[in-house]
Amino acid sequence: MVLALCCTAIVIGALLAEVLFPRIEAVLDRRRARRLAAERQGPLMGYDPGRERRAEQRARQLLQSCVNEEEWAMYRDLGFIRVWGRQAGLGSAGAPKAAGAVAGAPYAYLIYPHKPVVAFVPQTRRLLNEYCVEFPDETRPYGSARLPDSDDVLAKWMALTGDERGLIGRANMHLPGRQVDPRQVRRDLWRLSEWERERTRAKRSRGGSVPTQ
Amino acid sequence: MKPGHGEVVLAEGDVEVPAEERELIEAFRRQLDEGMWAAVPTMTNNGRREARMVKAFDDVPRDAERVIFFPRAAGGAG
Repeated sequence: MVLALCCTAIVIGALLAEVLFPRIEAVLDRRRARRLAAERQGPLMGYDPGRERRAEQRARQLLQSCVNEEEWAMYRDLGFIRVWGRQAGLGSAGAPKAAGAVAGAPYAYLIYPHKPVVAFVPQTRRLLNEYCVEFPDETRPYGSARLPDSDDVLAKWMALTGDERGLIGRANMHLPGRQVDPRQVRRDLWRLSEWERERTRAKRSRGGSVPTQ
Repeated sequence: MKPGHGEVVLAEGDVEVPAEERELIEAFRRQLDEGMWAAVPTMTNNGRREARMVKAFDDVPRDAERVIFFPRAAGGAG
């Protein structure tokens, strides 16, 4: 009787080992892979909220030092920057006829952090296109961490003001609404017009001028 | 610009000093070799700020205060 029970226990143990062993091995493999991936990334690659905040602070200072005062105030107050389009009325060589043309341009862009650039018609607020563009860090072997929000905005601003054609040519173009909610963009355009009206009113009440550069 | 770091100073120097200019050129080339784009913040005649993309060190205005390197643009997901 005892012998039979022992045999049964041994058989059950062997069967259980057969079933459980691969699972245990898989769990250990996954744990090992996670540990290796963490080691490969190094301590700097882990998410550190403090470091990200400091990076964003530096990025905001850099952005402020590069863009026009009006654009910085726009970003600070509204969370996006409007850049006037310059490609309308291209000359034969592809250069804008009026490189300095800004306000009154037939189209403009809204630059949001880590969202597509949205083109629109300022006079009618009609949305034209979304241009999906990213700035991936190719020096990293496994994908890329995102630039701080303000760096992403500055990169788009520099690329748009420095080489609008080049940036638009590289971007993936979509109809409005693909990633950015058109209702939100229209709301932002309305906020922008209110914001500009308020600045103009403040300027008149001060009797001075609102810096536009 | 560097993900997770923001602005990082790569090199500083005076282009009028040959040794420092060489260092700046080295740093400039290294960044471009790594696939970065370079831009110089400038001001137009009418006082508006904009950026000027540069592809060679010679394109950088001699009086430029800084050159900003940032990852090359690519079509985003969507």
